[in-house]
Amino acid sequence: MSASRTFRVLPGFHLTLGYTLAYLSLIVLLPLAAVFLKSASLSAAEFWHVISAPRVVATYRLSFGVSLAAAAINAVFGLMLAWSLVRYSFPGKRFVDALIDLPFALPTAVAGIALTALYAKNGWIGQYLEPQGIQVAFKPLGVLVALVFIGLPFVVRTVQPVLEDLDTELEEAAASLGAQRWQIFRHVILPVLLPALLTGFALAFARAVGEYGSVIFIAGNIPMVSEITPLMIITKLEQYDYAGATAIAVVMLVLSFLLLLLINGLQAWTAKRTGRDR
Amino acid sequence: MSAATTLNWTAAPRGDAAVRYESREATREVPWVKWTILGISLTFFAVFLLLPLVAVFVEALRKGWETYWSALIHEDALWAIKLTLTAAAISVPLNLVFGVCAAWAIAKFEFRGKHLLITLIDLPFSVSPVIAGLIYVLIFGAQGWLGPWLAEHDIRIIFAVPGIVLATVFVTFPFVARELIPLMQAQGREEEEAAIVLGANGWQTFWYVTLPNIKWGLLYGVILCNARAMGEFGAVSVVSGHIRGQTNTLPLHVEILYNEYQFAAAFAVASLLALLALVTLAVKTWVEHRASGGSQSREAHQDAAS
Repeated sequence: MSASRTFRVLPGFHLTLGYTLAYLSLIVLLPLAAVFLKSASLSAAEFWHVISAPRVVATYRLSFGVSLAAAAINAVFGLMLAWSLVRYSFPGKRFVDALIDLPFALPTAVAGIALTALYAKNGWIGQYLEPQGIQVAFKPLGVLVALVFIGLPFVVRTVQPVLEDLDTELEEAAASLGAQRWQIFRHVILPVLLPALLTGFALAFARAVGEYGSVIFIAGNIPMVSEITPLMIITKLEQYDYAGATAIAVVMLVLSFLLLLLINGLQAWTAKRTGRDR
Repeated sequence: MSAATTLNWTAAPRGDAAVRYESREATREVPWVKWTILGISLTFFAVFLLLPLVAVFVEALRKGWETYWSALIHEDALWAIKLTLTAAAISVPLNLVFGVCAAWAIAKFEFRGKHLLITLIDLPFSVSPVIAGLIYVLIFGAQGWLGPWLAEHDIRIIFAVPGIVLATVFVTFPFVARELIPLMQAQGREEEEAAIVLGANGWQTFWYVTLPNIKWGLLYGVILCNARAMGEFGAVSVVSGHIRGQTNTLPLHVEILYNEYQFAAAFAVASLLALLALVTLAVKTWVEHRASGGSQSREAHQDAAS
């Protein structure tokens, strides 16, 4: 490896790296830097005024709160789904396995109107929930449903491979030493799965916070009640308040970067955990 | 080659790996636990994933085939289809070339800052699509930095097709690269180095040695990239200006119809996108099967041996 650093056999290093850096800068880095530069046109007081306005703060509360709840729901049910797919055989398994990725492939606007049709007052599911006094569409609960839909594959697809690679000998050893099935899960399996599960949770959360298309149809977008933060950016833009939109975007970007760091750390942990146990 | 793959398809009846767990006392649950877990997870799957998909098609056909068909061949819908295909036809090849270049540089060479570069390539995935649209409005919009200059030269980017393409390129940026980087890293560079030593030039090496090794991963990345390119809503919505018959992509057309209470038409157009998603998933499953065919049959062998 050190030899190739001094003398590269393969051609094209400068060309491909140069093109990669140029394209990355042009499409991603420079435009993102524009957000931070634009926000600098606001004074600190103005910036704070925009990002701490009550209507904006209400959107953080909704976006972050519901995204956390959705990610938690996905962590629980995603783990069960991954478990079912790896450990049990049942008819239609390949179909279920393939369809797990639907939220990645289905355009968010389509998901949005489909969920709204299901959960509206007269919808397939809504008509049964309405008499119970449960309103989903056009309420924060609707946002939750959309974010659960969007985040599910993140958990399943991070947990599933780790579960598949899990060495059964560990379980057999534990069982032969007299451990109950639940104890084995709790003390042998879960510790190995935990980093992957947390990674899936963080990925689902990160995606949920920024999600727009699937949410706006079902949310109803009532100020102070069911507005999400990305919608606030759009609202400001439609009022030609570019600086205001940018200030909120900066808040979201900083959060995204922090989440990205966290996720990278978690993934390194996953690799270490599973590598050690293999 | 083809004989070997046929053999894989037939010789591996895809002996469900789960049997390996269920056949042993130590790795299975008592029946009631198993059926509870299975029941809960499959119900969750049906309610949250299957039902919305079914709803799209049922709602689309609610008013009959005639309404369905007329919504699809409406002039605005046809324009939206054309624009969506155009945006994908530009952004997918751009990101494909980028993905291959980035993967070549990262997987075949050692340099400082590699991890940072990989993280930066993933960046567009963690940025809200709305912000992806906003950044281009800040640069090319009427009030943006280049806005006055663009207006002077009568070039429209925002509220026009170039803006839509740019936003699409941004949101689909990492797809091909992130599929190829781990794949090419895992394959190492011995084969390419051997080809070079034997006298092949760089292009021949890539074409005859690297490409056959990465073709499934490449296809996989392209499919996912294409699905996102055709389905992107948030980012495109910000830069498009929603001008009917001019800057409306398919997802935006769905939104407009829906907001005008033309539900059947909205779902009809949406069903096209849902079909695209299903085709994407089918091809993806097939590619995964092809790519992992070897390793799976190996697993089966190990299983049989143990």
